[in-house]
Amino acid sequence: MQKIQIKDINASIIASAPEYDKQRSPAGVIAEYLGLIPQPTFYIESVCSSSSMALRVAYSMIKSELHDIIAIVGFQKMSEISSSESQERMGRGADIQWESPFGTMMPAYYAMYAQAHMAKYGTTGEDLAKIRVKAATYGQINEKAVYRKPITMEMFTDPESNMSATVAKPLRVGDCCANADGSSCIIVANEEKARAICDKPVWILGLGAASEAVNMAGRDLLTGLSVGIEAGKQAYEMAGVTPKDIDVAEVHDCFTIAEMMAYENLGFAKPGEGKDLIASKETYKEGSIPVNVDGGLLSKGHPIGATGGSQIRTIVLQLRGEAGEMQVKDPEIGLIHNIGGVGLYGNVTILGR
Amino acid sequence: MAKKEVDDRFKKFGTVSFTAITKTNDFISYLEEGKVMGTRCKECGAVYFPPRSDCVKCLHSNMQWFEVTGTGTLLSFSELKYGPVGFEDDLPYTIALLDYGDYKVFGRISQEIPYEDLNVGMELKTEFNTLPNGQLNYVFTRP
Repeated sequence: MQKIQIKDINASIIASAPEYDKQRSPAGVIAEYLGLIPQPTFYIESVCSSSSMALRVAYSMIKSELHDIIAIVGFQKMSEISSSESQERMGRGADIQWESPFGTMMPAYYAMYAQAHMAKYGTTGEDLAKIRVKAATYGQINEKAVYRKPITMEMFTDPESNMSATVAKPLRVGDCCANADGSSCIIVANEEKARAICDKPVWILGLGAASEAVNMAGRDLLTGLSVGIEAGKQAYEMAGVTPKDIDVAEVHDCFTIAEMMAYENLGFAKPGEGKDLIASKETYKEGSIPVNVDGGLLSKGHPIGATGGSQIRTIVLQLRGEAGEMQVKDPEIGLIHNIGGVGLYGNVTILGR
Repeated sequence: MAKKEVDDRFKKFGTVSFTAITKTNDFISYLEEGKVMGTRCKECGAVYFPPRSDCVKCLHSNMQWFEVTGTGTLLSFSELKYGPVGFEDDLPYTIALLDYGDYKVFGRISQEIPYEDLNVGMELKTEFNTLPNGQLNYVFTRP
């Protein structure tokens, strides 16, 4: 990256979700700190998918030829507030008039999806635990992960283990990712600049984005996320590929059930058959569709605005063959599935080398 | 000159209310009478819960109130053992979604129904409720 200077970056997009720290309009502060002034800078927010949404905006700014090199900086600083305070913020990511007054929070909403998935397809807590065990397999070898200890299936049934403690039935501590401080940066450039400044550029092949009703009362599907299905469809179509063509994927596993639904919503498994995909270990590094082989959000932690950028980084490293111990064998096409809120916003990005 | 009166009725909704001034504050007055109400568009007949004061289907703002009656089918639910700041005293509580056919209602299950008795697909009704802190909401109870 020595072929690029700060002054070559002619715009920056800052991605995060508000109210976890006190800084209002963080774009200006971050741009100044990084020396990215007087170039334009601004803020993009779609909660947990903010940095993927910023990639979509950067893509259009470059395609329009308004800019040729853009930095996307995703960040979240969550450590200054307590866990229950952050749940209050997340609860207010739902409709504050009609739902938050009932005491909602992210794990409880996803637990409702888990409950509906279990009722319709017979999915079990054991099926979900398998996803966390996979995540921990890779979290242990990812030096950027927050949670790096091994996790076993037995821990989910052991009352002495924290992993088995209920957060919101049927989800347990082991089914949930952790809050974290974090940041990510993606440099996006047009083809000419990308070839000039980078030895192994990775290309954007497909971009999909969708939204859904904020209120649960406005939703028809409770066993999957409609935004994942819709954004995936758009991205596959734009890239001209099918789920079978994906060699490695990063999906939004804020909770184990979220990864399970992503398998099904992205077409890696049929609806209800996500449990068979994880049971046969097809989403492990050696399987037919490796998913979250960096440990996922479940291991890395979920610094909201930074998460999409972190997922993109993993796929870029994979496509460049630079993922070290986590490297999948010779991938050509990778997919990033990044969800905002409880399936409120969805972004799917397909990258190729 | 008399001070202009602020209609902040919605501050009474839920354990913690996050907004007081809304276009659907009559919902609270109906709730005080024991009625849980949605809205219906007088122009195109579209039905809304939670209630809206503007119709997204035909873009008119000519709405009438209707009462949520009868039973709805339990679509999903979750019991919280851990809660956001401000809701600690309510724990544990169960949030849920009922399907009434033309609309759905999101809320809480009544504390009178044990978690073990809940099943996706069962029929429940929506009932006005006063919370221990004096605030108002509605809960799902046995028909």
